[in-house]
Amino acid sequence: MSTTAEHSDHTDVEHGHGHDDHAAHGEHGQHGQHGQHEEHGHKPTSYYVKVALFLGVLTALETATYWVVEELGAFLVPSLLIMMAIKFVVVASLFMHLKWDNKIFSWLFYSGLILAVLVYAAFLATFRFFTPT
Amino acid sequence: MAMWLFLGSECLLFGGLISTYMLYRGRHSAELGPDQIFDIPFTSVSSFVLLMSSLTMVLAVSAAAQKDDRRTNLWLTITALLGATFVGGQVYEFTVMYREGLGFTTSLFSSSFYTLTGFHGVHVTVGIIMLMALVGINKRSRVPGDKAEVVEMVGLYWHFVDVVWIIIFTLVYLIPA
Amino acid sequence: MAIIERPTDPAPVPAVAGSGAPAVVTPSQAYGVLRRPVSSTGWRSWVFTVDHKKLGIMYGVVAMFFFIMGGIEALLIRLQLAGPEGTVLSAGLYNEMFTMHATTMVFLFVMPMAAAFANYLIPLQIGARDVAFPRINAFGFWCFLAGGLFLNTSWFLGGAADGGWFMYQPNASPLYSPTNGVDFWALGLQITGIASLTGAINLIVTILNMRAPGMTLMKMPIFTWMILVVQFLLLFAMPVITVALFLLMFQRSFGATFFDVAAGADPLLWQHLFWIFGHPEVYIIVLPGFAIVSEVLPVFSRKPLFGYRFVVFSGAAIGFVGWGVWAHHMFASGLGPVSVAVFSVATMLIAIPTGVKIVNWTLTMWGGKIQFTTAMLFAVGLVVSFTIGGLSGVTHAVAPSDTQQTDTYYIVAHFHYTIFGGAVLGLFAGFYYWWPKAFGKLLNEKLGKWNFWLMMIGMNMTFGPMHIIGLQGQPRRMMNWTEARAGEGFFNLGFWNRVASVGSFILAIGVFLFLVNIWYTHRAKSNTPKAPLDPWDARTLEWITQSPPKEHNFDKVPTVHALDEFFHRKYEVDHETGEVRKVATAEEILAAEEAQGDKHIHLPSPSYWPIILAFALPVMAYGVIYNRLLIVVGGLIVLLAMFGWALEPSVADDSDYDPPAEGGGTNKELATIG
Repeated sequence: MSTTAEHSDHTDVEHGHGHDDHAAHGEHGQHGQHGQHEEHGHKPTSYYVKVALFLGVLTALETATYWVVEELGAFLVPSLLIMMAIKFVVVASLFMHLKWDNKIFSWLFYSGLILAVLVYAAFLATFRFFTPT
Repeated sequence: MAMWLFLGSECLLFGGLISTYMLYRGRHSAELGPDQIFDIPFTSVSSFVLLMSSLTMVLAVSAAAQKDDRRTNLWLTITALLGATFVGGQVYEFTVMYREGLGFTTSLFSSSFYTLTGFHGVHVTVGIIMLMALVGINKRSRVPGDKAEVVEMVGLYWHFVDVVWIIIFTLVYLIPA
Repeated sequence: MAIIERPTDPAPVPAVAGSGAPAVVTPSQAYGVLRRPVSSTGWRSWVFTVDHKKLGIMYGVVAMFFFIMGGIEALLIRLQLAGPEGTVLSAGLYNEMFTMHATTMVFLFVMPMAAAFANYLIPLQIGARDVAFPRINAFGFWCFLAGGLFLNTSWFLGGAADGGWFMYQPNASPLYSPTNGVDFWALGLQITGIASLTGAINLIVTILNMRAPGMTLMKMPIFTWMILVVQFLLLFAMPVITVALFLLMFQRSFGATFFDVAAGADPLLWQHLFWIFGHPEVYIIVLPGFAIVSEVLPVFSRKPLFGYRFVVFSGAAIGFVGWGVWAHHMFASGLGPVSVAVFSVATMLIAIPTGVKIVNWTLTMWGGKIQFTTAMLFAVGLVVSFTIGGLSGVTHAVAPSDTQQTDTYYIVAHFHYTIFGGAVLGLFAGFYYWWPKAFGKLLNEKLGKWNFWLMMIGMNMTFGPMHIIGLQGQPRRMMNWTEARAGEGFFNLGFWNRVASVGSFILAIGVFLFLVNIWYTHRAKSNTPKAPLDPWDARTLEWITQSPPKEHNFDKVPTVHALDEFFHRKYEVDHETGEVRKVATAEEILAAEEAQGDKHIHLPSPSYWPIILAFALPVMAYGVIYNRLLIVVGGLIVLLAMFGWALEPSVADDSDYDPPAEGGGTNKELATIG
């Protein structure tokens, strides 16, 4: 909803759909025929299905830990957290196209995320959440 | 870009709710704690449903980019249905818990649990409304501006809600208290 | 279809009534229920406007109204404390006064007044014709107004909030605060919070996406830079207070026990959430003042800002480190030695970027040809007062010393020197500096100087003695003091309390003179001439267009080549003598720009939906307090308004209108609220 037609032309390097950006990633076809918008990072259906299968397997693994809590012992929490992080990053960068989009989007989103993690970790730390009592 | 900023901001919102839950998850009576009340197999199925809705959302965005209205609408509808299944599952889960005696005000654990998951549920519901609105608007081809872009915006929101659930599922349900 | 045709343009123009007025063409039927509003004059042109300038002015007017209200509350507090055993206010009313004084000043004056400046100036400073999302901008303003009014209706509905502006729990639980005041507080701030959040998103996108060609980030005016930092702080701080307020609402209205010690809860949870928001909030309040001063000082020192890059980076550093110091508000709550040490050090660290700024301002003035206009006086006043407030702040960073000062008037002295000295004086500098830009007339300088000196003297008389009172041990928020315990000699509490009370009235007269000045300048038979195009010999883009600017801001979006673009167009260095000489006047530059103006300029059209959506929110909020049915009613209005909004194109149909640059999405707006 930019104000004027001019602005859509003037927007500079940071602009979200920076055209240079996806020119640099020529591996995903299609662009050119529908103008500049939207063509970045659209993969064939099979690609997304594979990603979703991978995510599904991870979810299954996560759920599986429920029955082997005892066996995993100290490994349980770290392995769950790692799987969670992988799923998060996969959805964010592949489904949400962060991998192919302008870097400023990643920057904006992850700055919020990292800030949240740091601040709330410090917050819980002051409650001695991480120190076993 | 606005959507990304908004999602960055939402990180702090859910961060606060999750932290509150983490702080209070151990504060409950002996028989009504997370380890007794959660039905992990059930929740993992509904988590899987939400995850798959992300896939269908991606396909909708992809179809919209190719200006394929019919397939866009199809995938959007399926996404909304999967989302509704998830919310339905959550309602069912809440009902079961409530019958077992875990009301909103029963304990600190229950208050913070319902607040966190309830907030997430509201986000999913808002997402469903947006999806249905998109389908309705698409049918009458009345979307002002660039259709594909609008679908992509809703898509981002939808994936974010899914991503939040990925975190909630692990931190709230899977890691034993 | 709000197409603005330039009246001088020879191209076929639909018949224009009058000459200078922009022609507004009847809109095509908008989708949804309501036709688009089209008025370009009269009250409708304000109520349904999406023009960032009109919204900025409305932000300013409403914030000024709340400033006066908060000021009256402050005067009542000082009247109560003027003598021993004051009887002006009852204890309950006194609690409500200081709570609402702080809440009003922070949330309903300083923040929206900063939003007023940001809204008005950012598009002008970066050479844009409006903000990125004009309707969201309008929505933000109406949310602020609706939230502010909602908050203040509590005075008539059983009493206002009385738990202090930080509303510590469980002190503010129904047991100790049985009226609905706290509920009004929580819900009202929730609504104004939406305004801040949407405003933040809007301005960030505007600044990052809509700068004039050639304006790289490091060629951006310093005001815009600092406001960008503020918007990021808002973006990430508002959700935290949102969580806190929701928990509070669930606690008070729905029986949850998040802060109820009896139920095993930890009341520190509230303190942490509040201050995680609250400390960034401190910088949200003070950075706009810094931003304004950083523009005013160079102009009236006839020198560029010293160390532009340092000012930018120290601003960003403040924005970042500001997240790691919140617990210094809680040193007295038993955090444990490690936490206290960590937060103590972080707090001392944040003094460094702040100090960098003060050094830069001083060195900007150093050796400059300083002109002491009213705006400059306020700016210098800010540098001095904020230095005092900053230094007393460093004494709080030292935890043992802070433990002595906690909850005394020393704290009150400190934060008034920073907020009044750092933010409010900056805003006043901004009023005097940009008044001719926004209203086409210069405020009276003579009255302005009275205005400044009375405020400066009043401020120091009011808040200076509070250092003494505080170190003598007078607690803040105590409704009275007694002669018996006032002490003797120089440190007599009674004497200094009286001084502070007298000072507060001098301060009030100073502020009143500002209102007199506005009336004096704009009264019907005022002989104040129209302000020249470039009254201050300014440096930034907003002065390159007319005053007040036309609805579309610029006939031609200027191309930027340098930091301080406008200055560089006016002056050149003579390479032989090394002297700076004037090569063009503002009038010549404007004429050159207008000569190559764009023929068709599309502005976003006015809309009904923002105001409808915004006023549905207090309906829901009343519902939470009184009758759950109202929540449903409000919710339905919200839903309908969102659909109406989504179906209405931001700019009415026009065949040659290009697809919007960024998103254009209606659903972004839906999501912004969801």
